Amino acid sequence: MTRWPGPPTVRVLLLASLFAAVAAGASCRPKTGGTAIQNKGSDTMVNVAQAWAEAYRLVAPDVNVEVSGGGSGTGIAALTAGTVHIANASRDVKPEEAEQVRRNTGLSPVDHKVGYDALAVYVHPNNPLEAITFETLSGIYREDGPLVRWQQLGFSVPGCRSDEIVRVSRQSSSGTYDFFRERVLNKRDFKLGSRDLNGSKEVVELVGTTPCAIGYSGMGYATAHVKMLKVARRAGEPAYPPTVEATWARAYPIARSLHMYTLGEPAGPVKAYLDWVLSPDGQRILQESGYVPVPPSGEARR
Amino acid sequence: MTPPGTTRSGARPGRPFVSLAAERAMEAAIRLSGISAIVFVLAIFFFIFREAAPVLFSDEFKPLEFLFSVQWYPTSVVDIRYGTLALTAGTVGVTLVAMLLAVPFGLGAAIFVSEFCGRRLRETLKIVIEILAAIPSVVWGFVALTVISRLMVSYTSAPVGVNMLNGGIVLALMSVPIIVSIGEDALKAVPDSYREAALAMGATRWQLVVRVLLPAARNGLLAAVLLGVGRAVGETMAVLMATGHAVQIPHGLLDSVRTLTANIAAELGEAPAGSAHYRVLFLTGIQLFILTFVVNLAADLAIRGVRRK
Repeated sequence: MTRWPGPPTVRVLLLASLFAAVAAGASCRPKTGGTAIQNKGSDTMVNVAQAWAEAYRLVAPDVNVEVSGGGSGTGIAALTAGTVHIANASRDVKPEEAEQVRRNTGLSPVDHKVGYDALAVYVHPNNPLEAITFETLSGIYREDGPLVRWQQLGFSVPGCRSDEIVRVSRQSSSGTYDFFRERVLNKRDFKLGSRDLNGSKEVVELVGTTPCAIGYSGMGYATAHVKMLKVARRAGEPAYPPTVEATWARAYPIARSLHMYTLGEPAGPVKAYLDWVLSPDGQRILQESGYVPVPPSGEARR
Repeated sequence: MTPPGTTRSGARPGRPFVSLAAERAMEAAIRLSGISAIVFVLAIFFFIFREAAPVLFSDEFKPLEFLFSVQWYPTSVVDIRYGTLALTAGTVGVTLVAMLLAVPFGLGAAIFVSEFCGRRLRETLKIVIEILAAIPSVVWGFVALTVISRLMVSYTSAPVGVNMLNGGIVLALMSVPIIVSIGEDALKAVPDSYREAALAMGATRWQLVVRVLLPAARNGLLAAVLLGVGRAVGETMAVLMATGHAVQIPHGLLDSVRTLTANIAAELGEAPAGSAHYRVLFLTGIQLFILTFVVNLAADLAIRGVRRK
């Protein structure tokens, strides 16, 4: 018989620690036989994709969703090469990209619209402005844009003594910065000297405490301390408020849809994952990340 | 009977081999730690330079634009420009403001603690100053963003509370404790015989400080100020939060600026490794390195000049 060292209490402790070690070892061991879903693409979507992947681990513990960024183009290229199951894109696949996919794999990319990225233009509640056009926004933010004082727009903002238009923007690596530059500034550069903040929430916060300020950030970050402007593409066209409905109707101009592309119709775990992403649970996570969910059934798939 | 020294015919008193070897090892270890500082500085410089070198020697790189243009557009779609003048101006500006505030306060506090205050007050002050030095920089950033920023909007004409003055105040608060503790040590290191001699000659305490202690402790006080400058130039998190992060040459204390350090912190994480943007950020690291080197060298030369006189 093996003799355990020490008095009985020590033996119990030893045994207990042995059990603990075995249990810990078992739980740390990588899951064998689990499925891995490769998910790559849009940097705008990488945060929400990560959040989905983490939450999905609780829904389907044997499925491991591996997310990486790199940009929408990178994701589609990886789909073409057949190295990923799902490519994230914050834009539509271009016809030549779809052709490339078809030529390489024999399958067409299938689009799953999973939500919307809608930017709101925020000002301080003191600001009398209600609606703004792309032209004015661009005049304020563009590199050679002439608008630097609120007086140039024909009014002054109570509480803003300097009358300077304080531009609040994002750091140059942000997807929001990219999208605003592409859609509103028509790919031209931002005027230097804007306050480039490191987060969507920070933009709204700074605008809320600064009467002179104007800023852009995800629609989902609105608080009671800021005012959201209606936006019109052109002067004379109707201006739309940044609402979920206007986004769904494609009327609100600073919004884009977020896509997940698969090679051919998805099946098995990939289909289960995409269905879950579009389920109320998945869409709630999307909304918590500051995006706009897809409309409840029916009108979504356009 | 022979005296103990002569028994071994002049050889050194024998010691156990182990103790001798241990002494040698200890000596080597200490020598190594001494040299390691040089090794680390060179290694860091080499590493940063290696990351930056490809862009420095590429044809597209424009050194004049890099140094003298304010146009910082690292991710532009139409025209990428890497001008760092505004960033350098931001770093120099914020540091200057910080030093203008911190040096008088820091040296004043050091003189007070070392020469004028009573024993009990001195102990309390030293403990509080050490606590001040231990506050993490992100907490200072938080103070800047919430407290100082609000005060600034209410009491000045600044449209935004995060600006150069705010950054300067926060950096001053961070460098004062360093200046005080090292400055106080320098003053304490002046031999008491100097003080006694001055007092015996009929000098007042003020004359003692200005005519005797300050000149005698000059080197140590300069080191205190330089370490304070170093802290201010190198600080990242607090200035990122306090200065407003705007690329522009400041025209007044209340303009927002961006510093070289904050710019690296904000952009390096997202710049693809090996891209031109990534390498240019490393180049701005070298720029920062050279900036601090020049400041240190200038101060060192200045001190030597004073000493020769």
